[in-house]
Amino acid sequence: MAGTSRNKRQLRSNLSRVRGLGSTREGVHHWWAQRMSAVALLPLSMWFMYSLITLTGADYQSFHIWASEFGNSVFLVLFVVTLFHHAQLGVTVVVEDYVHSEPVKMAMILIVKYGTMLFAASSVFAVLKISLAG
Amino acid sequence: MQDDSKPLSPHLQVYRPQVTSVLSITHRLTGMILVLAAMLLTYWLTAAAYGPEAFSRAQVVLESWPGRLVLFGFTWSLFYHLLNGLRHLGWDMGWGFELVKLRITGAIVVASSVALTFLSWMWAYGHVDKL
Repeated sequence: MAGTSRNKRQLRSNLSRVRGLGSTREGVHHWWAQRMSAVALLPLSMWFMYSLITLTGADYQSFHIWASEFGNSVFLVLFVVTLFHHAQLGVTVVVEDYVHSEPVKMAMILIVKYGTMLFAASSVFAVLKISLAG
Repeated sequence: MQDDSKPLSPHLQVYRPQVTSVLSITHRLTGMILVLAAMLLTYWLTAAAYGPEAFSRAQVVLESWPGRLVLFGFTWSLFYHLLNGLRHLGWDMGWGFELVKLRITGAIVVASSVALTFLSWMWAYGHVDKL
């Protein structure tokens, strides 16, 4: 049986090879995550734009009152987390497409992933501090 | 080993720019611009968390004319990326690949992103009811 012996040599079943579509095995997941975060950002970014319009020229007091409102805090957290997740996915693709040196590409992808996490965490913490400090 | 002399994708320079390719690269460009906008949002929220002085300083910077110009650019980038993103979601579902549809939806995206940008700013500064 040629098929069986080939499987033994490669230590991977045909099913595992079929499931691991693409060279990094994560292509479909990345593609899907980018679309799902995009769909979530449609209403979230429209809510955010509307909020910014109503907050134009706001002083600290009125911004504080707006941001401490339960619904606004929740949507702000959802918005920044989804935003930086979507940004991370997008910038990673751009880096993969335009940076051809492997070490530089690897370093830049790490910076993008950790950097977006840092910005997302800072934003979430800022929202919590505003809304919980009272 | 990788042969560095080979042309690597995306090898864009050999193609004549077309409406479709210009709109496509603008999607990426606005995406990168919006990353900067997101970082500015983090600064704004962090400033508010630090207290009244930090927030007022942020507001002064953002409401200055250079600040407003940057925010205006961010606004257009957001509307363009959002609307062109809808085109992408349409293509993902197999809709809109015909050349005519590509041109029409592309024109709609460009026109409405500009219109929505001006409308938002006029609304923000209380000029919408005067239209």
